[in-house]
Amino acid sequence: MLVVVEQMLNGLQFGLLLFLLAAGLTLVFGIMDFVNLAHGSLYMMGAYFAATFVAWTGNFILGCVMALGATLLLGILLEFVALRHLYNRDHLDHVLATFGLILFFNDAVRLIWGPAGLALPLPSWLTVPVQILPGVNYPAYRLSIIAVALLVAALLYVVVMRTRIGMLIRAGASNREMIGALGINIKLLFTLVFGLGAALAGLAGLMQAPILTVQIGMGENILILAFVIIVIGGIGSIRGAFMAAIFVGMIDTLGRAFLPDLLRKVLSSTAASTAAPAMSSMLIYLLMAIVLVVRPEGLFPAAKR
Amino acid sequence: MKSAFNLRTIVVALVVAGLVLLPVYSALTGKVFILTMFTRIIILALAAASLNLIMGYGGMMSFGHAAYLGIGGYAVGILAFEGIGSGFIQWPVALIASALFALVIGALSLRTRGVYFIMITLAFAQMAYYIASSLSRYGADDGLTIYKRSNFGGLIDLSNRTQFYYVCLACLLGGIYLIWRIVNSRFGLVVQGVRSNEQRMQAIGFHANRYRLVCFVISGTICGLAGALLANNTDFVSPAVMYWTRSGDLMVMVILGGMGTLFGPVIGAIVFLLLEELLSQITEYWAMIMGPLLLLIVLFARGGIMGLLARFSRG
Amino acid sequence: MKKAFWLAGIAALALAQPASAGDTIKIGFVSTFSGPTAAIGNDMRNSFELALDHLGRKMGGKPVEVIYEDDGQKPDVGKQKTEKLIQSDNVDFIVGYIWSNVLLASLKTAVDSKTFLISANAGPSQLAGELCSPYVFSTSWQNDQTPQAMGTYMTQKGVKSVFLIGPNYAAGKDMLAGVKSTFKGEVKGEEYTVWPSQLDFSAELTKAKNSGAESIFVFYPGAAGVQFLNQYAQAGIKAQIPLYTAFTIDELSLPLQKDNALGVPGAQQWVNDLPNEENKKYVADYRKKYTGLRPSFYGAQSYDAANLINSAVVAVKGDTSKKDEMKAEMEKANFKSVRGAFKYGKNHIPIQNFYLQDVVKDAEGQLALKTVATIVKDDQDRFHDKCPMK
Repeated sequence: MLVVVEQMLNGLQFGLLLFLLAAGLTLVFGIMDFVNLAHGSLYMMGAYFAATFVAWTGNFILGCVMALGATLLLGILLEFVALRHLYNRDHLDHVLATFGLILFFNDAVRLIWGPAGLALPLPSWLTVPVQILPGVNYPAYRLSIIAVALLVAALLYVVVMRTRIGMLIRAGASNREMIGALGINIKLLFTLVFGLGAALAGLAGLMQAPILTVQIGMGENILILAFVIIVIGGIGSIRGAFMAAIFVGMIDTLGRAFLPDLLRKVLSSTAASTAAPAMSSMLIYLLMAIVLVVRPEGLFPAAKR
Repeated sequence: MKSAFNLRTIVVALVVAGLVLLPVYSALTGKVFILTMFTRIIILALAAASLNLIMGYGGMMSFGHAAYLGIGGYAVGILAFEGIGSGFIQWPVALIASALFALVIGALSLRTRGVYFIMITLAFAQMAYYIASSLSRYGADDGLTIYKRSNFGGLIDLSNRTQFYYVCLACLLGGIYLIWRIVNSRFGLVVQGVRSNEQRMQAIGFHANRYRLVCFVISGTICGLAGALLANNTDFVSPAVMYWTRSGDLMVMVILGGMGTLFGPVIGAIVFLLLEELLSQITEYWAMIMGPLLLLIVLFARGGIMGLLARFSRG
Repeated sequence: MKKAFWLAGIAALALAQPASAGDTIKIGFVSTFSGPTAAIGNDMRNSFELALDHLGRKMGGKPVEVIYEDDGQKPDVGKQKTEKLIQSDNVDFIVGYIWSNVLLASLKTAVDSKTFLISANAGPSQLAGELCSPYVFSTSWQNDQTPQAMGTYMTQKGVKSVFLIGPNYAAGKDMLAGVKSTFKGEVKGEEYTVWPSQLDFSAELTKAKNSGAESIFVFYPGAAGVQFLNQYAQAGIKAQIPLYTAFTIDELSLPLQKDNALGVPGAQQWVNDLPNEENKKYVADYRKKYTGLRPSFYGAQSYDAANLINSAVVAVKGDTSKKDEMKAEMEKANFKSVRGAFKYGKNHIPIQNFYLQDVVKDAEGQLALKTVATIVKDDQDRFHDKCPMK
């Protein structure tokens, strides 16, 4: 039983991390109607910045805060230089252009930081396991990811539902022409939203960095998962992204944990061992296909436009 | 407009002539590799052309088209592995399997629109990718080496480089001819009508989705043929041919060349793959040039290379 | 414009293919130079270049030209690059290959064209068995051998039970099979992860922790090894369940693994402190030429590959058309290997010693790998019987 609890914590932690990435993506997609494949590159840049700044300053928290700022600035710069010229194009142009950006970022990172990747070591107070239940130890750092992500989720909720900026964001998600007509400086709003999305991606990247190493292309696999999440949750919906992220995190982790043993009951041991990892990765896509067939707008669609 | 048509025609004619004469050039200069490389380009051009049929003419943005490359390839690979080497069995199985897959996922996917359609086709392709990765008998993630190419009796010998090249070229030109016939048929006009105004077509009595589905299946089948060719070309098939980045490559080729133009995907495939090859010979950091280049093309060359040619001759 | 561009492309391609001249020894080198495991490819290239420096950049009196190609860690790309090197560049030898699946995909192309292929790392079981070829040599090992040595060591040490974790690809399966074949205790569980994309091992570690196994064995080459060790340490089970490894800790990953790797044993056929003269020269000159870097076993195997090729070319005095003579010469393994002398089995896989290595702080206060003991002597892979060659 304790194993199940621990595996569910693993799933929750992974899901919440995915939420950080998906939240930024769904904001940009929902409000600006912009498909940003380079979101994964911003995630990677967040991790590289963090590794660099933490090594510079020698202080984990300070370095991470600086990295967050740097990703925010990079996002704003990117929006200002290139992406704002693409808003009135169709999705395909977005895909092509930001696909180009992925290529660029990967090689730029290789040029600047080298091919080997970086490590982001944790301060010692985060490396110890914590006893959460009798007999269950859980890594402190993974617990802190859960805490930070929940905090960000709450903050986003407050900002989006309770502030003027949030009102504009919600208005933008349901009717873009309208807020333009209201005389709101839509360009500035978009720049801000994109910067916020970039910072969220950067946060996800730097939170993930101590668990995984910081490396080129780290954003690409996880980016597709983030897309799956916002589609399942309903594009533009933060709440949807939150629920779907936890869903996906759970399915992925629990699938990996328990599917091999289930498969061994029907298949030979070697066949099951080979098939299980692939099958559990497949579950997420199966979930998305089912959701889209049954509810083509996602589980929690943003208000109708 | 007239002159635009002319310039485009000239370029297309030159490209086709170049492709037909390439084996002669290769034989005269003894450069074997250029033939191998262009065989690959032609096969991927066929896949891109099939994607263009639904994307450019039908308005269906499939982000999972590489799945058919894999299905066609695995049909050949698995049959060869099980000792059935005849192309007369392998190729029809490849086509039928692709068509069936397209029928099922098309029927489900066409219930959605826009970006949701992009994502659901991606989901199905990823599922196919993971299924292939779990086939431990057929090499799973590591892929399957094909020790003998499809056997067509004494008719053609696919292990002969030149013959295989011409088979691929014939498939490409045949595929494009088929697409041209479809696009200009009543059926094709309905599909294009659905893209620009679905409600109106419904109102005047067309079952829009039925037409779209047929179009989707045809496209998948052509791409399945490309898959069978690709497997023969590389003597190898692995789940990687179905990965989403490969679907992305196909999309880039179509958009780069010019969506909704007959030869756009072919030109797109040639330019994309040649650029990749050339840039990677010049610098290890080729992606740093390729990336911004794509961005510039989107920003300043709408309609892809074909669009650029049209503007060129107009201006 | 389009046309000009296209023609330019053709022209550039034509230029990029120098006319085949018999005056140079041409070597193609396929490895991974981009992506998360590029560090391995760079180490192999560095070592190969160093070997050429030591040979005066000549073999059998002829200048050597090396063409490096990046496989991106993908079997289909590796296969394409192999094809290009053979057909377009007409190389005399093709070297490299980190990944077993990339090698298996490329093998047919090389063998069909009768080009000598020297695997400087990958050693899939098929290569040692049914797919062995007169044109293929290895300067590394067969995948199972290293984990077999680890399994032997664990048995010697009296370890009662183990939980196995590894990536789901050709080498991963070989590795886990290898350790199972020599480990006499109980295997409590066996997990494969998606390769190379899965990097979070929380679910697997939780299972291992709760399986009741007394130890864990892993195989994670490159960056994945760094991640595994990180997560293993963070989960706080380092004190409870000791870890045994193959190809997970090396000089490339150590700077990233840092103290997490301290005291974690591994098995290897080459360690940087092996006391033969050739090795001392290799390690010292490597560190001189590439400041701040240390050579790994990947590099050592590439260094050997260059010397193996040299022995063959010297034997035929630079006439690389004499393939039978070159083959016969290479079968003698008549060169000074940095691992010490070894012999070839009839399947062209080395018969060699395997050592126990440990991570310690060296005289400079840096983490380094150190030879602790010899686990097995003159070990031959367990697939050579399946190889039809004589």
